[in-house]
Amino acid sequence: MRSPLSRARGYGPAKDGVQTFLAERISAVALVPLSLWFVFSVAQLPAASYTAVRHWVAAPSVAVALVLFIATLFYHSSLGVKVVIEDYVAGEGKKLVALLLVKFIHAALGAAATFAVLKIALGS
Amino acid sequence: MSSPAPQARPGVNRPLSPFMLGQYYRFQLTSVLSLMHRVTGVGLSVGTVLFACWLVALAGGPWTYASFAKHLTAWYGQVLLFGWSWALLYHLCNGVRHLAWDLGYGYSIPAVYRSGYVVAALSVLLTAAAWGIAYVR
Repeated sequence: MRSPLSRARGYGPAKDGVQTFLAERISAVALVPLSLWFVFSVAQLPAASYTAVRHWVAAPSVAVALVLFIATLFYHSSLGVKVVIEDYVAGEGKKLVALLLVKFIHAALGAAATFAVLKIALGS
Repeated sequence: MSSPAPQARPGVNRPLSPFMLGQYYRFQLTSVLSLMHRVTGVGLSVGTVLFACWLVALAGGPWTYASFAKHLTAWYGQVLLFGWSWALLYHLCNGVRHLAWDLGYGYSIPAVYRSGYVVAALSVLLTAAAWGIAYVR
């Protein structure tokens, strides 16, 4: 009788790698059109003009696209930085603190950005 | 970040990775592009702070926005934005290259080099196009 351990040994820890791998790719696919749209739309904006930029964000289609862009961007960014921390931060304690910090910062920035778009789009 | 240098055999002083670069280690297009994917990714993550600040400033009203946009239109703001736009477009192009690899395409060495050159050129062209639009507008 061979225990399944002999098959698992030597292949590294079986944590949640596959899920993260897929989530990173799926968000990447979504970010291709969203990022291109964002860069080339903003390039056409007079960035210094408050009224022009605000008018652009307030348009329903732009606001929806921006909310999607923000959600996907911050999600993808947090997954990417997570991998970098896992690669370079030595020590489980330090790594855990860094991972939590990065998650919280991404969540806070994403929430603030989303709220800003909604505030503009819903008017006030 | 600051892990002690690994010493497989104490007493044997071999050059370690970071000091090898350039001196003993010859860079290749493939490794440089791979490195740049990670570097631009981290840079873009830092840039998301600016992106969020931009939207928050915009929601804050004309005075808040003016004090923020002042930095965006200044020379250093334009330099940063140029860097970020290239980083985004490079990461995007090379990301598509990675997605193709994930699907099992383009693994031969000539194909890897070809796609590498395409990605480098395309990222520069797209950046030039975006800034062309921004300045010609």
